[in-house]
Amino acid sequence: MTPAATTFHAAARTGHRRSTTESPTVRWLLIGVALVFLSLFLFIPLVAVFTQAFAKGTGFYIKTISDPMALSAIKLTFIAAVIAVPLNCVFGVSAAWAIAKFDFRGKNILLTLIDLPFSVSPVIAGLIYVLVFGAQGWLGLYLNADHPKFPWLAGWLNDHNIQIIFAVPGIVLATIFVTFPFVARELIPLMQAQGRNEEEAARVLGASGWQMFWRVTLPNIKWGLLYGVILCNARAMGEFGAVSVVSGHVRGRTNTIPLHIEALYDDYNFTGAFAMASLLALLALVTLALKLWVENKNAALNEVETEV
Amino acid sequence: MIVNTNRTKKIRVLPGFKLTLGFTVFYLGLIVLIPLSAVFWKTSSLTWAEFWHTVTMPVALASYRLTFGASFFAALVNAVFGFIVAWVLVRYEFYGKTLVDALVDLPFALPTAVAGITLASLYAKAGWIGQWLEPLGIKVANTQLGVFVALTFIGLPFIVRTVQPILEDLDPELEEAAASLGANRWQVFWRIIFPLLTPALLTGFTLAFARALGEYGSVIFIAGNIPLKTQITPVVIMGELDMYDYAKATAIAVVMLVVSFILLLSVNVLQWWTNRHNTTSLA
Repeated sequence: MTPAATTFHAAARTGHRRSTTESPTVRWLLIGVALVFLSLFLFIPLVAVFTQAFAKGTGFYIKTISDPMALSAIKLTFIAAVIAVPLNCVFGVSAAWAIAKFDFRGKNILLTLIDLPFSVSPVIAGLIYVLVFGAQGWLGLYLNADHPKFPWLAGWLNDHNIQIIFAVPGIVLATIFVTFPFVARELIPLMQAQGRNEEEAARVLGASGWQMFWRVTLPNIKWGLLYGVILCNARAMGEFGAVSVVSGHVRGRTNTIPLHIEALYDDYNFTGAFAMASLLALLALVTLALKLWVENKNAALNEVETEV
Repeated sequence: MIVNTNRTKKIRVLPGFKLTLGFTVFYLGLIVLIPLSAVFWKTSSLTWAEFWHTVTMPVALASYRLTFGASFFAALVNAVFGFIVAWVLVRYEFYGKTLVDALVDLPFALPTAVAGITLASLYAKAGWIGQWLEPLGIKVANTQLGVFVALTFIGLPFIVRTVQPILEDLDPELEEAAASLGANRWQVFWRIIFPLLTPALLTGFTLAFARALGEYGSVIFIAGNIPLKTQITPVVIMGELDMYDYAKATAIAVVMLVVSFILLLSVNVLQWWTNRHNTTSLA
Protein backbone atom coordinates (compact mmCIF):
# COMPACT_ATOMS: atom_id res chain seq x y z
CA MET A 1 0.00 0.00 0.00
CA THR A 2 3.05 2.27 -0.06
CA PRO A 3 2.67 5.14 -2.52
CA ALA A 4 5.93 4.10 -4.23
CA ALA A 5 4.39 0.80 -5.22
CA THR A 6 1.34 2.48 -6.68
CA THR A 7 0.91 1.73 -10.37
CA PHE A 8 -1.45 3.23 -12.85
CA HIS A 9 -2.62 0.49 -15.13
CA ALA A 10 -5.64 2.61 -15.89
CA ALA A 11 -3.49 5.28 -17.52
CA ALA A 12 -1.69 2.71 -19.66
CA ARG A 13 -4.92 1.07 -20.70
CA THR A 14 -6.71 4.27 -21.54
CA GLY A 15 -3.77 6.14 -23.01
CA HIS A 16 -5.66 6.83 -26.21
CA ARG A 17 -8.36 8.72 -24.34
CA ARG A 18 -6.35 10.78 -21.94
CA SER A 19 -9.03 13.46 -21.87
CA THR A 20 -11.36 11.11 -20.00
CA THR A 21 -9.15 10.58 -16.98
CA GLU A 22 -7.50 12.82 -14.40
CA SER A 23 -3.96 14.14 -14.33
CA PRO A 24 -1.50 12.03 -12.28
CA THR A 25 -1.35 14.72 -9.56
CA VAL A 26 -5.11 14.59 -9.03
CA ARG A 27 -5.02 10.79 -9.02
CA TRP A 28 -2.25 10.68 -6.40
CA LEU A 29 -4.11 13.20 -4.32
CA LEU A 30 -7.40 11.30 -4.40
CA ILE A 31 -5.75 7.96 -3.63
CA GLY A 32 -3.91 9.68 -0.78
CA VAL A 33 -7.06 11.24 0.67
CA ALA A 34 -8.94 7.92 0.41
CA LEU A 35 -6.17 5.96 2.11
CA VAL A 36 -5.74 8.49 4.93
CA PHE A 37 -9.47 8.47 5.59
CA LEU A 38 -9.64 4.67 5.56
CA SER A 39 -6.53 4.38 7.75
CA LEU A 40 -8.03 6.67 10.34
CA PHE A 41 -11.35 4.86 10.48
CA LEU A 42 -10.54 1.27 9.48
CA PHE A 43 -6.91 0.20 9.52
CA ILE A 44 -5.78 1.85 12.76
CA PRO A 45 -8.80 0.59 14.78
CA LEU A 46 -8.28 -2.93 13.42
CA VAL A 47 -4.61 -2.98 14.36
CA ALA A 48 -5.45 -1.44 17.75
CA VAL A 49 -7.83 -4.29 18.70
CA PHE A 50 -5.15 -6.95 18.32
CA THR A 51 -2.32 -4.85 19.78
CA GLN A 52 -4.31 -4.04 22.92
CA ALA A 53 -5.52 -7.64 23.23
CA PHE A 54 -1.92 -8.82 23.66
CA ALA A 55 -0.76 -5.79 25.70
CA LYS A 56 -0.22 -7.97 28.76
CA GLY A 57 1.22 -10.94 26.91
CA THR A 58 -0.08 -14.24 25.60
CA GLY A 59 -0.48 -15.70 29.10
CA PHE A 60 -2.97 -13.03 30.13
CA TYR A 61 -4.76 -13.39 26.80
CA ILE A 62 -5.25 -17.14 27.24
CA LYS A 63 -6.26 -16.69 30.85
CA THR A 64 -8.92 -14.13 29.84
CA ILE A 65 -10.53 -16.18 27.10
CA SER A 66 -10.42 -19.46 29.03
CA ASP A 67 -12.00 -17.94 32.14
CA PRO A 68 -15.28 -19.78 33.01
CA MET A 69 -17.27 -16.54 32.52
CA ALA A 70 -15.69 -16.04 29.11
CA LEU A 71 -16.32 -19.65 28.09
CA SER A 72 -19.95 -19.39 29.14
CA ALA A 73 -20.28 -16.17 27.10
CA ILE A 74 -18.75 -17.89 24.06
CA LYS A 75 -21.12 -20.82 24.51
CA LEU A 76 -24.20 -18.59 24.74
CA THR A 77 -23.13 -16.62 21.66
CA PHE A 78 -22.90 -19.89 19.72
CA ILE A 79 -26.28 -21.10 21.01
CA ALA A 80 -27.97 -17.86 19.89
CA ALA A 81 -26.35 -18.03 16.45
CA VAL A 82 -27.05 -21.74 15.98
CA ILE A 83 -30.77 -21.14 16.58
CA ALA A 84 -31.16 -17.77 14.83
CA VAL A 85 -29.20 -18.45 11.64
CA PRO A 86 -31.01 -21.66 10.48
CA LEU A 87 -34.43 -20.19 11.29
CA ASN A 88 -33.73 -17.02 9.29
CA CYS A 89 -32.25 -19.19 6.57
CA VAL A 90 -35.47 -21.19 6.17
CA PHE A 91 -37.41 -17.94 6.25
CA GLY A 92 -35.10 -16.34 3.67
CA VAL A 93 -35.43 -19.22 1.18
CA SER A 94 -39.17 -19.39 1.68
CA ALA A 95 -39.70 -15.63 1.31
CA ALA A 96 -37.43 -15.47 -1.74
CA TRP A 97 -39.30 -18.36 -3.39
CA ALA A 98 -42.69 -16.74 -2.90
CA ILE A 99 -41.53 -13.26 -3.91
CA ALA A 100 -39.20 -14.09 -6.81
CA LYS A 101 -41.12 -16.88 -8.51
CA PHE A 102 -44.72 -15.71 -8.16
CA ASP A 103 -46.68 -12.54 -8.72
CA PHE A 104 -49.15 -11.37 -6.14
CA ARG A 105 -50.61 -8.15 -4.82
CA GLY A 106 -48.83 -6.44 -1.97
CA LYS A 107 -45.44 -7.78 -2.95
CA ASN A 108 -43.74 -4.40 -2.54
CA ILE A 109 -45.27 -3.94 0.89
CA LEU A 110 -43.99 -7.38 1.90
CA LEU A 111 -40.50 -6.46 0.65
CA THR A 112 -40.52 -3.28 2.71
CA LEU A 113 -41.74 -5.12 5.82
CA ILE A 114 -38.94 -7.68 5.49
CA ASP A 115 -36.42 -4.81 5.56
CA LEU A 116 -38.06 -3.31 8.64
CA PRO A 117 -35.73 -4.83 11.29
CA PHE A 118 -32.77 -3.08 9.64
CA SER A 119 -34.29 0.32 10.26
CA VAL A 120 -35.19 -0.34 13.89
CA SER A 121 -32.65 0.70 16.50
CA PRO A 122 -31.15 -2.32 18.32
CA VAL A 123 -32.31 -0.87 21.63
CA ILE A 124 -35.90 -0.76 20.35
CA ALA A 125 -35.53 -4.32 19.01
CA GLY A 126 -34.78 -5.42 22.56
CA LEU A 127 -37.49 -3.22 24.03
CA ILE A 128 -40.29 -4.76 21.95
CA TYR A 129 -39.56 -8.23 23.36
CA VAL A 130 -39.55 -6.84 26.89
CA LEU A 131 -42.96 -5.32 26.12
CA VAL A 132 -44.28 -8.66 24.88
CA PHE A 133 -42.71 -11.13 27.30
CA GLY A 134 -41.70 -8.97 30.27
CA ALA A 135 -43.43 -9.19 33.66
CA GLN A 136 -45.70 -6.24 32.80
CA GLY A 137 -45.85 -7.14 29.13
CA TRP A 138 -48.51 -8.47 26.79
CA LEU A 139 -47.90 -12.16 27.31
CA GLY A 140 -46.20 -11.52 30.62
CA LEU A 141 -49.58 -10.72 32.12
CA TYR A 142 -50.79 -14.15 31.08
CA LEU A 143 -47.66 -16.03 31.99
CA ASN A 144 -47.21 -14.37 35.36
CA ALA A 145 -47.82 -16.88 38.14
CA ASP A 146 -49.96 -14.44 40.15
CA HIS A 147 -52.39 -14.00 37.31
CA PRO A 148 -55.46 -16.24 37.07
CA LYS A 149 -55.40 -16.66 33.27
CA PHE A 150 -53.69 -19.84 32.07
CA PRO A 151 -52.52 -20.87 35.54
CA TRP A 152 -51.44 -24.26 34.16
CA LEU A 153 -49.06 -22.69 31.64
CA ALA A 154 -47.72 -20.19 34.13
CA GLY A 155 -47.31 -22.97 36.69
CA TRP A 156 -45.50 -25.18 34.18
CA LEU A 157 -43.13 -22.38 33.17
CA ASN A 158 -42.55 -21.62 36.83
CA ASP A 159 -41.97 -25.25 37.78
CA HIS A 160 -39.44 -25.67 35.03
CA ASN A 161 -37.90 -22.34 35.87
CA ILE A 162 -38.43 -21.04 32.34
CA GLN A 163 -38.01 -17.33 31.91
CA ILE A 164 -37.95 -15.50 28.61
CA ILE A 165 -36.85 -11.96 29.34
CA PHE A 166 -33.57 -11.48 31.20
CA ALA A 167 -32.78 -15.05 30.20
CA VAL A 168 -31.51 -17.08 27.25
CA PRO A 169 -34.80 -17.29 25.22
CA GLY A 170 -34.98 -13.49 25.14
CA ILE A 171 -31.43 -13.29 23.85
CA VAL A 172 -32.24 -15.78 21.10
CA LEU A 173 -35.42 -13.90 20.11
CA ALA A 174 -33.62 -10.54 19.95
CA THR A 175 -30.88 -12.14 17.84
CA ILE A 176 -33.47 -13.57 15.43
CA PHE A 177 -35.04 -10.12 15.08
CA VAL A 178 -31.86 -8.20 14.27
CA THR A 179 -30.66 -10.82 11.76
CA PHE A 180 -34.11 -11.34 10.24
CA PRO A 181 -33.64 -9.80 6.73
CA PHE A 182 -30.08 -10.93 5.88
CA VAL A 183 -30.71 -14.18 3.97
CA ALA A 184 -33.95 -13.00 2.36
CA ARG A 185 -32.34 -9.79 1.10
CA GLU A 186 -29.49 -11.72 -0.48
CA LEU A 187 -31.74 -14.29 -2.17
CA ILE A 188 -34.67 -12.21 -3.46
CA PRO A 189 -32.76 -10.19 -6.12
CA LEU A 190 -30.73 -13.27 -7.07
CA MET A 191 -33.78 -15.49 -7.61
CA GLN A 192 -35.64 -12.69 -9.40
CA ALA A 193 -32.73 -12.37 -11.82
CA GLN A 194 -32.65 -16.13 -12.42
CA GLY A 195 -36.32 -16.26 -13.39
CA ARG A 196 -38.38 -19.43 -13.36
CA ASN A 197 -37.52 -21.16 -16.65
CA GLU A 198 -35.24 -23.80 -15.17
CA GLU A 199 -37.70 -24.75 -12.44
CA GLU A 200 -40.58 -24.83 -14.92
CA ALA A 201 -38.55 -27.11 -17.19
CA ALA A 202 -37.84 -29.44 -14.27
CA ARG A 203 -41.54 -29.61 -13.43
CA VAL A 204 -42.58 -30.23 -17.01
CA LEU A 205 -40.04 -33.05 -17.20
CA GLY A 206 -41.75 -34.66 -14.22
CA ALA A 207 -39.70 -33.62 -11.18
CA SER A 208 -41.56 -33.44 -7.89
CA GLY A 209 -41.52 -30.18 -5.94
CA TRP A 210 -38.72 -31.32 -3.63
CA GLN A 211 -36.68 -32.83 -6.46
CA MET A 212 -36.90 -29.51 -8.29
CA PHE A 213 -35.86 -27.62 -5.17
CA TRP A 214 -32.88 -29.83 -4.27
CA ARG A 215 -31.58 -30.39 -7.81
CA VAL A 216 -32.37 -27.12 -9.59
CA THR A 217 -33.10 -24.26 -7.20
CA LEU A 218 -30.63 -24.97 -4.42
CA PRO A 219 -27.58 -25.48 -6.69
CA ASN A 220 -28.47 -22.19 -8.41
CA ILE A 221 -28.70 -20.17 -5.22
CA LYS A 222 -26.07 -21.87 -3.05
CA TRP A 223 -23.49 -19.07 -3.23
CA GLY A 224 -26.02 -16.36 -2.56
CA LEU A 225 -27.39 -18.42 0.30
CA LEU A 226 -23.92 -18.92 1.77
CA TYR A 227 -23.28 -15.20 1.45
CA GLY A 228 -26.47 -14.40 3.36
CA VAL A 229 -25.69 -16.99 6.02
CA ILE A 230 -22.18 -15.55 6.56
CA LEU A 231 -23.52 -12.01 7.05
CA CYS A 232 -26.39 -13.26 9.20
CA ASN A 233 -24.00 -15.21 11.42
CA ALA A 234 -21.60 -12.28 11.84
CA ARG A 235 -24.42 -10.05 13.04
CA ALA A 236 -25.91 -12.80 15.24
CA MET A 237 -22.64 -13.32 17.08
CA GLY A 238 -21.84 -9.63 17.37
CA GLU A 239 -25.20 -8.12 18.32
CA PHE A 240 -24.92 -5.90 21.35
CA GLY A 241 -27.72 -3.34 21.83
CA ALA A 242 -30.76 -5.60 21.43
CA VAL A 243 -29.24 -8.41 23.45
CA SER A 244 -28.16 -5.95 26.13
CA VAL A 245 -31.80 -4.92 26.74
CA VAL A 246 -33.21 -8.44 27.10
CA SER A 247 -30.25 -10.01 28.89
CA GLY A 248 -30.22 -10.02 32.66
CA HIS A 249 -26.47 -9.33 32.54
CA VAL A 250 -25.88 -12.28 34.86
CA ARG A 251 -22.23 -13.13 34.38
CA GLY A 252 -21.67 -16.75 33.50
CA ARG A 253 -25.37 -17.18 32.66
CA THR A 254 -26.89 -14.54 30.40
CA ASN A 255 -23.82 -12.78 29.02
CA THR A 256 -22.84 -13.16 25.38
CA ILE A 257 -19.34 -12.25 24.10
CA PRO A 258 -20.26 -8.59 23.38
CA LEU A 259 -21.89 -8.25 26.81
CA HIS A 260 -18.86 -9.85 28.45
CA ILE A 261 -16.65 -7.30 26.65
CA GLU A 262 -18.74 -4.50 28.15
CA ALA A 263 -18.55 -6.05 31.63
CA LEU A 264 -14.76 -6.34 31.46
CA TYR A 265 -14.46 -2.80 30.11
CA ASP A 266 -16.65 -1.42 32.90
CA ASP A 267 -14.36 -3.19 35.39
CA TYR A 268 -11.43 -1.23 33.88
CA ASN A 269 -9.99 -4.54 32.67
CA PHE A 270 -9.24 -3.02 29.26
CA THR A 271 -6.75 -5.66 28.13
CA GLY A 272 -9.27 -8.36 29.03
CA ALA A 273 -12.01 -6.54 27.12
CA PHE A 274 -9.79 -6.30 24.05
CA ALA A 275 -8.81 -9.96 24.35
CA MET A 276 -12.48 -10.93 24.10
CA ALA A 277 -13.00 -8.28 21.40
CA SER A 278 -10.17 -9.79 19.35
CA LEU A 279 -12.21 -13.00 19.04
CA LEU A 280 -15.05 -11.06 17.42
CA ALA A 281 -12.64 -8.99 15.30
CA LEU A 282 -11.20 -12.27 14.05
CA LEU A 283 -14.71 -13.44 13.23
CA ALA A 284 -15.25 -10.19 11.30
CA LEU A 285 -12.06 -10.76 9.29
CA VAL A 286 -13.04 -14.37 8.53
CA THR A 287 -16.47 -13.07 7.46
CA LEU A 288 -14.89 -10.55 5.07
CA ALA A 289 -12.54 -13.21 3.66
CA LEU A 290 -15.40 -15.65 3.08
CA LYS A 291 -17.43 -12.87 1.52
CA LEU A 292 -14.60 -12.09 -0.91
CA TRP A 293 -14.25 -15.78 -1.75
CA VAL A 294 -17.98 -16.20 -2.42
CA GLU A 295 -18.01 -13.03 -4.55
CA ASN A 296 -15.16 -14.35 -6.68
CA LYS A 297 -16.93 -17.68 -6.98
CA ASN A 298 -20.07 -15.87 -8.13
CA ALA A 299 -18.18 -13.71 -10.63
CA ALA A 300 -16.47 -16.80 -12.07
CA LEU A 301 -19.85 -18.53 -12.33
CA ASN A 302 -21.37 -15.56 -14.17
CA GLU A 303 -18.45 -15.46 -16.61
CA VAL A 304 -18.90 -19.13 -17.45
CA GLU A 305 -22.58 -18.56 -18.01
CA THR A 306 -22.07 -15.63 -20.35
CA GLU A 307 -19.45 -17.59 -22.31
CA VAL A 308 -21.90 -20.46 -22.78
CA MET B 1 -36.17 -4.97 -7.56
CA ILE B 2 -37.60 -6.40 -10.72
CA VAL B 3 -41.29 -7.07 -10.46
CA ASN B 4 -43.11 -8.64 -13.34
CA THR B 5 -46.67 -7.45 -13.52
CA ASN B 6 -47.62 -8.53 -17.01
CA ARG B 7 -47.52 -12.26 -16.25
CA THR B 8 -50.18 -12.43 -13.56
CA LYS B 9 -52.66 -14.36 -15.66
CA LYS B 10 -50.30 -17.24 -16.37
CA ILE B 11 -51.06 -20.69 -14.99
CA ARG B 12 -48.75 -21.57 -12.14
CA VAL B 13 -46.50 -24.53 -12.91
CA LEU B 14 -44.28 -24.06 -9.89
CA PRO B 15 -45.33 -25.50 -6.55
CA GLY B 16 -45.19 -24.16 -3.03
CA PHE B 17 -46.64 -20.68 -3.44
CA LYS B 18 -49.18 -20.98 -0.64
CA LEU B 19 -46.76 -22.81 1.66
CA THR B 20 -43.88 -20.36 1.26
CA LEU B 21 -45.97 -17.20 1.28
CA GLY B 22 -47.94 -18.50 4.25
CA PHE B 23 -44.79 -19.28 6.21
CA THR B 24 -43.22 -15.93 5.24
CA VAL B 25 -46.19 -13.94 6.46
CA PHE B 26 -46.53 -16.08 9.62
CA TYR B 27 -42.86 -15.75 10.56
CA LEU B 28 -42.81 -12.02 9.71
CA GLY B 29 -45.84 -11.51 11.92
CA LEU B 30 -44.51 -13.56 14.81
CA ILE B 31 -40.99 -12.15 14.91
CA VAL B 32 -41.43 -8.60 13.63
CA LEU B 33 -44.97 -7.25 13.32
CA ILE B 34 -46.62 -8.47 16.53
CA PRO B 35 -43.69 -7.49 18.77
CA LEU B 36 -43.39 -4.10 17.01
CA SER B 37 -47.08 -3.41 17.48
CA ALA B 38 -46.51 -3.88 21.23
CA VAL B 39 -44.76 -0.50 21.13
CA PHE B 40 -47.94 1.20 19.99
CA TRP B 41 -50.02 -0.83 22.43
CA LYS B 42 -47.83 0.25 25.33
CA THR B 43 -47.89 3.90 24.23
CA SER B 44 -51.69 3.85 24.20
CA SER B 45 -51.55 3.38 27.98
CA LEU B 46 -50.34 6.99 28.17
CA THR B 47 -52.63 9.97 27.66
CA TRP B 48 -51.71 12.38 24.88
CA ALA B 49 -50.49 14.94 27.46
CA GLU B 50 -48.31 12.35 29.23
CA PHE B 51 -46.91 11.19 25.91
CA TRP B 52 -46.11 14.73 24.82
CA HIS B 53 -44.57 15.55 28.19
CA THR B 54 -42.30 12.49 27.95
CA VAL B 55 -41.11 12.96 24.41
CA THR B 56 -40.39 16.67 24.94
CA MET B 57 -38.59 16.45 28.28
CA PRO B 58 -35.23 18.30 28.21
CA VAL B 59 -33.13 15.10 28.30
CA ALA B 60 -35.04 13.72 25.31
CA LEU B 61 -34.91 16.99 23.33
CA ALA B 62 -31.16 17.30 23.89
CA SER B 63 -30.72 13.70 22.77
CA TYR B 64 -32.68 14.26 19.54
CA ARG B 65 -30.54 17.27 18.72
CA LEU B 66 -27.33 15.33 19.29
CA THR B 67 -28.50 12.14 17.56
CA PHE B 68 -29.83 13.93 14.48
CA GLY B 69 -26.98 16.44 14.31
CA ALA B 70 -24.16 13.93 14.73
CA SER B 71 -25.84 11.43 12.37
CA PHE B 72 -26.30 14.13 9.75
CA PHE B 73 -22.72 15.36 9.86
CA ALA B 74 -21.33 11.80 9.99
CA ALA B 75 -23.37 10.91 6.90
CA LEU B 76 -22.21 14.12 5.21
CA VAL B 77 -18.53 13.43 5.89
CA ASN B 78 -19.05 9.89 4.63
CA ALA B 79 -20.77 11.20 1.51
CA VAL B 80 -17.65 13.24 0.64
CA PHE B 81 -14.95 10.75 1.62
CA GLY B 82 -16.99 7.66 0.72
CA PHE B 83 -17.42 9.12 -2.74
CA ILE B 84 -13.66 9.61 -3.07
CA VAL B 85 -13.04 6.05 -1.84
CA ALA B 86 -15.55 4.62 -4.34
CA TRP B 87 -14.02 6.70 -7.13
CA VAL B 88 -10.48 5.59 -6.31
CA LEU B 89 -11.53 1.93 -6.06
CA VAL B 90 -13.34 1.95 -9.41
CA ARG B 91 -11.15 4.23 -11.52
CA TYR B 92 -7.56 3.77 -10.35
CA GLU B 93 -5.19 0.88 -9.83
CA PHE B 94 -2.90 0.78 -6.83
CA TYR B 95 -1.07 -1.78 -4.78
CA GLY B 96 -3.31 -3.49 -2.22
CA LYS B 97 -6.55 -2.36 -3.83
CA THR B 98 -8.30 -5.72 -3.40
CA LEU B 99 -7.50 -5.71 0.31
CA VAL B 100 -8.67 -2.12 0.75
CA ASP B 101 -11.87 -2.91 -1.16
CA ALA B 102 -12.60 -5.90 1.09
CA LEU B 103 -11.87 -3.95 4.28
CA VAL B 104 -14.39 -1.24 3.43
CA ASP B 105 -17.06 -3.62 4.74
CA LEU B 106 -15.35 -3.90 8.12
CA PRO B 107 -17.86 -1.63 9.92
CA PHE B 108 -20.63 -4.00 8.72
CA ALA B 109 -18.81 -7.07 9.98
CA LEU B 110 -17.19 -5.75 13.15
CA PRO B 111 -19.54 -6.00 16.15
CA THR B 112 -20.51 -2.58 17.46
CA ALA B 113 -19.22 -3.23 20.98
CA VAL B 114 -15.76 -3.99 19.57
CA ALA B 115 -15.84 -0.82 17.47
CA GLY B 116 -17.03 1.08 20.54
CA ILE B 117 -14.24 0.12 22.93
CA THR B 118 -11.62 0.45 20.17
CA LEU B 119 -12.63 3.98 19.18
CA ALA B 120 -12.92 4.95 22.86
CA SER B 121 -9.36 3.79 23.56
CA LEU B 122 -7.91 5.32 20.36
CA TYR B 123 -9.39 8.74 21.09
CA ALA B 124 -8.77 8.74 24.84
CA LYS B 125 -6.30 11.35 26.15
CA ALA B 126 -3.39 8.91 26.02
CA GLY B 127 -4.73 6.95 23.05
CA TRP B 128 -2.98 6.45 19.73
CA ILE B 129 -4.95 9.23 18.05
CA GLY B 130 -6.08 11.16 21.14
CA GLN B 131 -2.52 12.03 22.21
CA TRP B 132 -2.02 14.00 18.96
CA LEU B 133 -5.32 15.84 19.29
CA GLU B 134 -4.89 16.70 22.98
CA PRO B 135 -2.16 19.37 22.43
CA LEU B 136 -4.36 20.95 19.75
CA GLY B 137 -7.11 21.33 22.32
CA ILE B 138 -9.39 18.85 20.55
CA LYS B 139 -11.21 16.49 22.90
CA VAL B 140 -13.03 13.56 21.36
CA ALA B 141 -13.69 11.07 24.16
CA ASN B 142 -16.73 11.98 26.29
CA THR B 143 -17.75 14.79 23.94
CA GLN B 144 -20.24 15.20 21.11
CA LEU B 145 -17.32 14.93 18.72
CA GLY B 146 -16.87 11.34 19.96
CA VAL B 147 -20.45 10.52 18.96
CA PHE B 148 -19.72 11.91 15.51
CA VAL B 149 -16.52 9.82 15.18
CA ALA B 150 -18.34 6.59 16.10
CA LEU B 151 -21.21 7.32 13.71
CA THR B 152 -18.77 8.11 10.90
CA PHE B 153 -17.16 4.71 11.43
CA ILE B 154 -20.39 2.73 11.22
CA GLY B 155 -21.74 4.71 8.24
CA LEU B 156 -18.59 4.41 6.15
CA PRO B 157 -19.50 1.44 3.89
CA PHE B 158 -22.97 2.70 2.91
CA ILE B 159 -21.90 5.47 0.50
CA VAL B 160 -19.01 3.45 -0.96
CA ARG B 161 -21.20 0.42 -1.60
CA THR B 162 -24.08 2.33 -3.18
CA VAL B 163 -21.92 4.56 -5.41
CA GLN B 164 -19.39 1.88 -6.46
CA PRO B 165 -21.66 -0.31 -8.64
CA ILE B 166 -23.23 2.69 -10.41
CA LEU B 167 -19.78 4.13 -11.12
CA GLU B 168 -18.64 0.76 -12.50
CA ASP B 169 -21.61 0.56 -14.88
CA LEU B 170 -21.20 4.11 -16.14
CA ASP B 171 -20.91 4.12 -19.92
CA PRO B 172 -17.43 5.48 -20.88
CA GLU B 173 -18.88 6.73 -24.16
CA LEU B 174 -20.70 9.52 -22.32
CA GLU B 175 -17.40 10.88 -21.02
CA GLU B 176 -15.67 10.37 -24.37
CA ALA B 177 -18.42 12.23 -26.19
CA ALA B 178 -18.26 15.13 -23.74
CA ALA B 179 -14.47 15.25 -23.96
CA SER B 180 -14.46 15.13 -27.76
CA LEU B 181 -16.91 18.02 -27.78
CA GLY B 182 -14.35 20.07 -25.90
CA ALA B 183 -15.33 19.71 -22.25
CA ASN B 184 -12.43 19.69 -19.82
CA ARG B 185 -12.13 17.00 -17.14
CA TRP B 186 -13.77 19.07 -14.43
CA GLN B 187 -16.73 19.92 -16.66
CA VAL B 188 -17.12 16.24 -17.59
CA PHE B 189 -17.17 15.29 -13.92
CA TRP B 190 -19.45 18.07 -12.77
CA ARG B 191 -21.92 18.05 -15.68
CA ILE B 192 -21.93 14.38 -16.77
CA ILE B 193 -20.69 12.02 -14.06
CA PHE B 194 -21.89 13.72 -10.89
CA PRO B 195 -25.56 14.12 -11.94
CA LEU B 196 -25.67 10.42 -12.87
CA LEU B 197 -24.37 9.46 -9.44
CA THR B 198 -26.61 11.80 -7.43
CA PRO B 199 -29.44 9.28 -6.76
CA ALA B 200 -26.95 6.66 -5.55
CA LEU B 201 -25.18 9.23 -3.41
CA LEU B 202 -28.47 10.31 -1.85
CA THR B 203 -29.49 6.70 -1.21
CA GLY B 204 -26.16 5.99 0.47
CA PHE B 205 -26.45 9.16 2.53
CA THR B 206 -29.95 8.25 3.71
CA LEU B 207 -28.90 4.69 4.56
CA ALA B 208 -25.90 5.93 6.56
CA PHE B 209 -28.03 8.55 8.29
CA ALA B 210 -30.76 6.03 9.17
CA ARG B 211 -28.24 3.53 10.49
CA ALA B 212 -26.54 6.23 12.59
CA LEU B 213 -29.82 7.35 14.19
CA GLY B 214 -30.40 3.99 15.86
CA GLU B 215 -26.79 3.16 16.64
CA TYR B 216 -25.98 2.22 20.22
CA GLY B 217 -23.01 -0.11 20.77
CA SER B 218 -20.27 1.83 19.03
CA VAL B 219 -21.33 5.15 20.57
CA ILE B 220 -21.80 4.47 24.28
CA PHE B 221 -18.16 3.79 25.11
CA ILE B 222 -16.73 6.91 23.47
CA ALA B 223 -19.60 9.28 24.32
CA GLY B 224 -19.51 9.05 28.10
CA ASN B 225 -23.33 9.39 28.11
CA ILE B 226 -23.57 12.64 30.06
CA PRO B 227 -27.26 13.68 30.27
CA LEU B 228 -28.14 16.77 28.21
CA LYS B 229 -24.66 16.70 26.67
CA THR B 230 -23.50 13.44 25.14
CA GLN B 231 -26.53 11.19 25.55
CA ILE B 232 -27.92 9.84 22.29
CA THR B 233 -31.61 8.89 22.09
CA PRO B 234 -31.10 5.08 22.34
CA VAL B 235 -29.19 5.73 25.58
CA VAL B 236 -32.11 7.76 26.94
CA ILE B 237 -34.43 4.82 26.14
CA MET B 238 -31.98 2.47 27.84
CA GLY B 239 -31.92 4.73 30.90
CA GLU B 240 -35.71 4.63 31.24
CA LEU B 241 -35.63 0.85 30.85
CA ASP B 242 -33.06 0.54 33.62
CA MET B 243 -35.52 2.40 35.86
CA TYR B 244 -38.28 0.01 34.69
CA ASP B 245 -40.20 2.99 33.29
CA TYR B 246 -41.41 1.09 30.24
CA ALA B 247 -44.08 3.64 29.29
CA LYS B 248 -41.54 6.48 29.06
CA ALA B 249 -39.02 4.31 27.22
CA THR B 250 -41.71 3.27 24.76
CA ALA B 251 -42.92 6.81 24.13
CA ILE B 252 -39.43 7.91 23.09
CA ALA B 253 -39.06 4.71 21.06
CA VAL B 254 -42.20 5.62 19.12
CA VAL B 255 -40.64 8.94 18.08
CA MET B 256 -37.57 7.09 16.81
CA LEU B 257 -39.61 4.42 15.05
CA VAL B 258 -41.72 6.97 13.19
CA VAL B 259 -38.57 8.75 11.97
CA SER B 260 -37.03 5.39 10.95
CA PHE B 261 -40.13 4.41 8.99
CA ILE B 262 -40.13 7.72 7.13
CA LEU B 263 -36.46 7.21 6.26
CA LEU B 264 -37.12 3.62 5.13
CA LEU B 265 -39.82 4.95 2.85
CA SER B 266 -37.49 7.62 1.42
CA VAL B 267 -34.83 4.98 0.73
CA ASN B 268 -37.37 2.95 -1.24
CA VAL B 269 -38.42 6.01 -3.22
CA LEU B 270 -34.77 6.92 -3.84
CA GLN B 271 -33.96 3.40 -5.01
CA TRP B 272 -36.89 3.49 -7.38
CA TRP B 273 -35.56 6.82 -8.67
CA THR B 274 -32.06 5.34 -9.06
CA ASN B 275 -33.39 2.43 -11.11
CA ARG B 276 -35.42 4.72 -13.34
CA HIS B 277 -32.51 7.13 -13.69
CA ASN B 278 -30.22 4.34 -14.87
CA THR B 279 -32.63 2.83 -17.34
CA THR B 280 -33.27 6.21 -18.95
CA SER B 281 -29.56 7.03 -19.08
CA LEU B 282 -28.85 3.72 -20.80
CA ALA B 283 -31.66 4.05 -23.31
